[in-house]
Amino acid sequence: MNPLAKLIEAALFASARPLTVEELATLEPQAGAAAVRGALAELRDAFATGDHGVELIEIAQGWQFLTRREYAEAIDRAQFALRPRRLSPAALETLAIIAYRQPVGRLEVDEIRGVDSGAVIEKLGERGLVEIVSRGEGLGRPLLYGTTPQFLEILGLKDLDELPRLEELSVALRPPAPAEPE
Amino acid sequence: MSAPTNPVTQDSAGFVVELEQFSGPLDLLLHLIREDEVDITDLPIAKIADQFLAVISELGLNQAADYLEMAARLLRIKAQMLLPRRLGDDEWEDPRAELVRRLLEYQQIRELVEWLGAAAARRAEQFGRGYSPEPPAPPPAPLVIDLNDLLAAAERVIALIPEPVLHRVVPRPLDVEGATERIQALLAERAAFGWGDVVGARPSIVDVLSAFIALLELAKRGSLHVHQEGPFAPIEIRRESPREAD
Repeated sequence: MNPLAKLIEAALFASARPLTVEELATLEPQAGAAAVRGALAELRDAFATGDHGVELIEIAQGWQFLTRREYAEAIDRAQFALRPRRLSPAALETLAIIAYRQPVGRLEVDEIRGVDSGAVIEKLGERGLVEIVSRGEGLGRPLLYGTTPQFLEILGLKDLDELPRLEELSVALRPPAPAEPE
Repeated sequence: MSAPTNPVTQDSAGFVVELEQFSGPLDLLLHLIREDEVDITDLPIAKIADQFLAVISELGLNQAADYLEMAARLLRIKAQMLLPRRLGDDEWEDPRAELVRRLLEYQQIRELVEWLGAAAARRAEQFGRGYSPEPPAPPPAPLVIDLNDLLAAAERVIALIPEPVLHRVVPRPLDVEGATERIQALLAERAAFGWGDVVGARPSIVDVLSAFIALLELAKRGSLHVHQEGPFAPIEIRRESPREAD
């Protein structure tokens, strides 16, 4: 295995969160992002083809070693690690709206859900899944919320593009008026 | 949408539901629509409204403002549907349109919820390096305090504020001349007298200042002698001896 791949393996082992290509590139400044990507691919393949209990996953715009699914039950039973708390339907509804409409204000979330969502948004904020990203133009300059990397992480997504496209859903609805985020 | 095999009877008040089952009035509406297997874009509004009211009163949800608001909306739409309209009236706007739009939008969100829930469950089958408590330390809880505590605290703070030192502009300046005359009259009358004799029983601050300045001025001129036993002791005023000799 090439030395950079081994260095990256060590760094990913040491980190408790996904590391981005940019972050990994600081390990060896001469190497450059392309070399890091190459090394990551080599590492991923090495763990995929070899007999290993962990695999290298692209997640939350970064890379992370995760245990293989087949061991989840045993690890959970032995309580070596805790599964994250499950999100309530109200929390998931709110997350879905914020994920698709971000940046979005509380009033719009309330309007779509038909119930007051202030407390739910606050809880999601405490869990680090949403954050205030800006303020709106309207009356009182409302706080606008967006999703965080932590949101991608708990869903196992690489980035927001991995969310299903609205057209793919069985109830096809036009996306809201504002232009596509670019 | 999945099609249940057993069609629900007209008055399907028999089902038992719990509040936690619904995340809001739109959720409950969608549930009723699915139960009845009706077309969401051509809602039988009268029937749905009646069922909605029946369910919320059965569940005691008629206390919840969000559900009540929806109930009111449904009844208004029901009433609007009953209004006669001219045949071939192109201008007629379906009163259900806004509700249908919201329901479709909400249904889409519910689909996303299923997708997100499945993604989260799948992710939970894998563990990362080391377990770190997931939520970042929450910000300090908002201050919980009731009105009485607040008022008591305010009173304590106010009590600590020293009496403000105000500069009072008096309409007349100190009457040093008047005080001088008064003291000279006393000097002529008596050889010795006290401070109280100069200013009287209840002197104002202006009287005190005037008298004091006059007293000092006269002492400087050598007309009298001011004596005090110690700090805060009564002030004694005596005619200056040379004068006495006169």
